Amino acid sequence: MIKVTIDDVEIEVAPGTTILNAARQAGGDLVPPAMCYYSKLPGTGGKCRTCLVEVAAGSTADPRPMPKLVASCSTPVMDGMIVKNKTSERVHTNRGGVVEFLLVNHPLDCPICDQAGECHLQDLGYEHGSAKTRYREERRTFSPIDIGNKIKLHMNRCILCYRCVAVANQLTDSRVHGVMHRGEHAEISTYIENAIDNDFSGNMIDVCPVGALTDKTFRFKSRVWFLKPYEAECACNKCSGKAVVWMFGNEIFRVTARKDKYGEVETIEDKTAWICNDCRFDKKDPSNWTLIGPRKIDRHSVISQGKYATKNDNNPKLLR
Amino acid sequence: MSRKLLIEHAEVPGITSFETYRKHGGYASVEKALKTMSPEEVVEEVKKSGLRGRGGAGFPTGMKWSFLAKPEGVERHLVCNADESEPGTFKDRYLMEKLPHLLIEGMITSSYALGARRSYIYIRGEFMYVLRILEKAIAEAYANGMLGKNILGSGYDLDLVVTPGGGAYICGEETALLESLEGKRGNPRMKPPFPAVKGLWGNPTVVNNVESIAAVVPIVNEGGEAYAKIGIERSTGTKLISASGNLVRPGVYEIELGLSVEEFIYGDNYCRGVANGKKLKACIPGGSSVPILPHYLVTKTAAGTDRLMTYESLADGGFASGSMLGSGGFIVFDEDQCIVRNTWNFARFYAHESCGQCSPCREGTGWMEKVL
Ligand SMILES: Cc1cc2nc3c(=O)[nH]c(=O)nc-3n(C[C@H](O)[C@H](O)[C@H](O)COP(=O)(O)O)c2cc1C
Ligand code: SF4
Ligand code: FES
Repeated sequence: MIKVTIDDVEIEVAPGTTILNAARQAGGDLVPPAMCYYSKLPGTGGKCRTCLVEVAAGSTADPRPMPKLVASCSTPVMDGMIVKNKTSERVHTNRGGVVEFLLVNHPLDCPICDQAGECHLQDLGYEHGSAKTRYREERRTFSPIDIGNKIKLHMNRCILCYRCVAVANQLTDSRVHGVMHRGEHAEISTYIENAIDNDFSGNMIDVCPVGALTDKTFRFKSRVWFLKPYEAECACNKCSGKAVVWMFGNEIFRVTARKDKYGEVETIEDKTAWICNDCRFDKKDPSNWTLIGPRKIDRHSVISQGKYATKNDNNPKLLR
Repeated sequence: MSRKLLIEHAEVPGITSFETYRKHGGYASVEKALKTMSPEEVVEEVKKSGLRGRGGAGFPTGMKWSFLAKPEGVERHLVCNADESEPGTFKDRYLMEKLPHLLIEGMITSSYALGARRSYIYIRGEFMYVLRILEKAIAEAYANGMLGKNILGSGYDLDLVVTPGGGAYICGEETALLESLEGKRGNPRMKPPFPAVKGLWGNPTVVNNVESIAAVVPIVNEGGEAYAKIGIERSTGTKLISASGNLVRPGVYEIELGLSVEEFIYGDNYCRGVANGKKLKACIPGGSSVPILPHYLVTKTAAGTDRLMTYESLADGGFASGSMLGSGGFIVFDEDQCIVRNTWNFARFYAHESCGQCSPCREGTGWMEKVL
């Protein structure tokens, strides 16, 4: 085990652990936000740069600080490393910069976006963003397209985190879902806009941190904060059948996987509890499910109502 | 006048043929290394030479080589980075076009030092005619027993493959280059693992610039210590500089590191000053990705000392008043040039060439171009 200090909290972790995962082991509010890294998907991380942290001392052997901020999701800890996240002014400023970049081309169409209320970019914007935009130039725009008959892609909202590509890589042998073009013109697409013909393609919706991939069976049906999430179970021969059903009265409006506070699908009985498309899109009758109990949501912005109102009162600096 | 270790024979008629190249002392380093030295001894000479990577970052080549993982029974590779796409840099193309056998000789000697049996030259997609020159030279090297099985009776086998890229700037970044070489989209990989541990096809790999590999030839021929005597401090040996812009005599020059910038711009043996009697306005000494120097910081540092063509002196002053040697793309602007327009031109290049993986570059370069 090796020792690392993050925001004055000392913890011991296994060698090879990344700074981000070490922080998650410590828990609490010293955990850097992650828009692209997804612990359950190999190959993710290193792209969005929201998880930047300052390394004040590299290791006991070489205690020099690292000159640049590093991506905590892809930098392994060293013994004696000292990391600053929320205690670093540089991190705060630079993360604000990254949010500004992510919002350059991201439309502020939250009022009509299904993801509003559980959007990681919304959270990030509240915490690190500025209330005004300095971007006056033209935004890149695309028309929404269908990825199969159950998934809608709003490329305008995509932040190119590549998480859905990592899901698709697990589902298909050859690459049918990926990124076309480069730079600012890069776009997520499927081979001649084909559906990914796979029972688990719906999980792309769950990994998408923003409202770029949405569930066509739920689109525009309700705001998520009007729904009550219940942990539910069903007998399924394709997946574990362990999901969350989102209800209004006695009606099921949508079904998602069970997600932890980092927005990642939970591990249940040592397996990542991805759910199949049957459970997600077709089982909307309450008789399909056994309800276990209400699901507590402990992170998301608008769902945990009032969180930001109080936060901003205490810290007026946040609304510049 | 500087000694020329690399391009001395560049203008000899017929030097692109194996025969002429050999007559001018070519392939001596292969003979010396394979017949009289162990691979470790070659690595040792390169370490002693103080050679630093000529692709831009200036990382010591000997050190990079000694980091190469050598697990039992796993193939290793040497990959030559011939993607040269940095605006203002054109020395690798010159070297390959004029002296294809020098690069091949360097590849053989270096591959031997690293224990690589299958090496690659990844060449920029726009350089198709250079690719043809290299292919012809490689075929000649095979025909003359310098490549293939049991080279010069030493028992060492090496295959050398040259592959063109699709013409993307980012494929010059070493891990993106490896992705592209494997036939994938040229996006950089996450590091660690570094290529020295997991590179091409997951095997330990060294990626080096064309000029770095060519420099191994004189280092092995003359010894690392002799090479290290040229230059100043940690900037040893000679360096190819691609001089462009408003100069009387632009072109590719081989200089001894430590030459003063003043001499390089105005000296009779070099660029002979700013063209048309104009005044110097600014200079980008190391290719489009290094900071631009205003005229008063070109030949002198902020502290008033002479600015020299070395890694250290060009970086003197950091981002505030210094720049970088980079890949040696030396661009000179006269008083009539518009720096804003030029910056817009570069911004447009970077926006166009951004791979789009990381948000600051993807969104930031596009924004920069639009603002300018
Ligand atoms: C965006 C980018 C572009 C690069 N382009 C080139 C290039 O065209 N040629 C090159 O030799 N190195 C290039 N490099 C540097 C390589 O990543 C690598 O450091 C180099 O090939 C190592 O060789 P050296 O140690 O011999 O310099 C580039 C790096 C970056 C980040
Ligand atoms: S569609 Fe969503 S998951 Fe896919 S890259 Fe874009 S933001 Fe990420
Ligand atoms: S989470 Fe680390 S770069 Fe995106």
